[in-house]
Parts: sequence; structure tokens; C-alpha cells
Amino acid sequence: MADKVSLINDRDQINAVQDLIVERAEELGFPSATLFALRLAMEEAIVNAFHHGHRDLAPETPITVEYTLSPERIRVAVEDQGPGFTPAAVPDPTLDENLENPGGRGLVLIRAYMSRVRHNDRGNRVEMELTVPEEL
Amino acid sequence: MTGSDSRIRVKEVDGVTQVEFIDRNILDEANIQAIGEEIDGIISASPAPRLLISFANVDHLSSAALGTLITINTKIRNRNGKLCLADIDPQIYEVFVITRLNQLFDIHESKEAAMKAFG
Repeated sequence: MADKVSLINDRDQINAVQDLIVERAEELGFPSATLFALRLAMEEAIVNAFHHGHRDLAPETPITVEYTLSPERIRVAVEDQGPGFTPAAVPDPTLDENLENPGGRGLVLIRAYMSRVRHNDRGNRVEMELTVPEEL
Repeated sequence: MTGSDSRIRVKEVDGVTQVEFIDRNILDEANIQAIGEEIDGIISASPAPRLLISFANVDHLSSAALGTLITINTKIRNRNGKLCLADIDPQIYEVFVITRLNQLFDIHESKEAAMKAFG
């Protein structure tokens, strides 16, 4: 059963939720590199939800963040109330011609740092999963 | 230049404006915008700005902060200036590598190494 919180676009609230999830992951023994990745991916997903998903909605419209943590796996889902978007339609910011565009890097970072990333069909929910790095 | 609400520390060394961040986490959009405006003021005040941004105190930075850095880089280049970045923690440097921005920015290991790049 996932924990679920509702969040408005307020930096203190955003930080509090991120701190809570990162602290739980730390307690479970995830290494600092995983904690760094987790915080960055949550930040990008939450900012995308408010900035893009809620662009045309009232500023107080909340998003939801669901999370489950176990010693093997961290799952975080961020869902907004916007119309959704098509991830494949987002220009690749790592192409030479897009390198100087100021925006559009959140998804690249989420995909790079998470073990699995899935969007729902509507495109208003991103599910991210981090698993324990395999021992070499 | 650095007021009480400033998010950056600024000092002039040998004709180069050195900028350091006060916050360990550069994530908050409002803060990032304020940082961008402060640095914009520095750039606009010089005919050919020479800017060194140190990330010595920074633990986290988001794609919004990268966007502001790109805008700063473009403005400095348009004014025939030079921007160097330095003291980037390995975890944060990886963010630059993933986004390929390590190829856009002039990045140095230390402030001292970056100062040499200004000649």
C-alpha cells in the first residue's frame, strides 16, 4: 500500500515531502548516490507537474505524490490534474541543435537516474522506480 | 552588489567576477530566478563580462538551474565575455554529463584552474 500526499506549489511543502522520502530511503540503507538520484528525480517530476501539467489551472490546484519504500525498491508516482502530455513529443535536449535551449531537461534526468520510468496513457502521471544497485 | 536577500556571494579578483552560491540546494524556482537576475545585473554592468561561477557549496541542482546557467552563458557570449564554471561536485558533474552540458560550458576542477583560463 503506497503512502499518498497531496501537495500544492509551495516550496516548503515540496521540500518537506522530498525530505521525508529521502530520509526513509536513508533509513533503509540506500547509498548517497541513490539518495541524490531520488531527490533530483522527484524534484524534476514535481516541478514538471506544476509548471507544465498545471500551467492552465488555478495556482492552488494540488498534485499527488505516492510512494512506497522497501529495502530493495523505491517507487514514487507524481500525478497532476492537467490534460497530460506525450513524452515522445518532447524534443531531445541533448541533441546539438537543442543544447542551448534553457528548458526540457527534467525528463532526461529522470530517465537517467531512475531504474524504470513509466507514464500513464493520459500523460499526467509519472511512475518512477529505483532498485538496489546490483553487487558487482 | 550582494544585498541581505542575495542568494550569491560576489567578489572581483584580477578582473574576473567570482560568484559563489549561498544555498546548498539550487532547486527552488523563485531562488533560481533571483540568482539569474542578480547575475544578469553583473553581466549588464560590464562591456565584456568575465565571470567565474563556483559550485563549491552546492549539493543539489535542478534542470531549472541548468536552464538559468544556459541563459547566462548565452548573454555573456553575446557581450563578447567569458564564463567558466568550477568546483563542481562529481555527483553534480554527472548531471552536466547526462545533459551533455559539459560540452557547452567551460568547466574547471578548481577556481585556481579556471582563473588561469581567463589568461
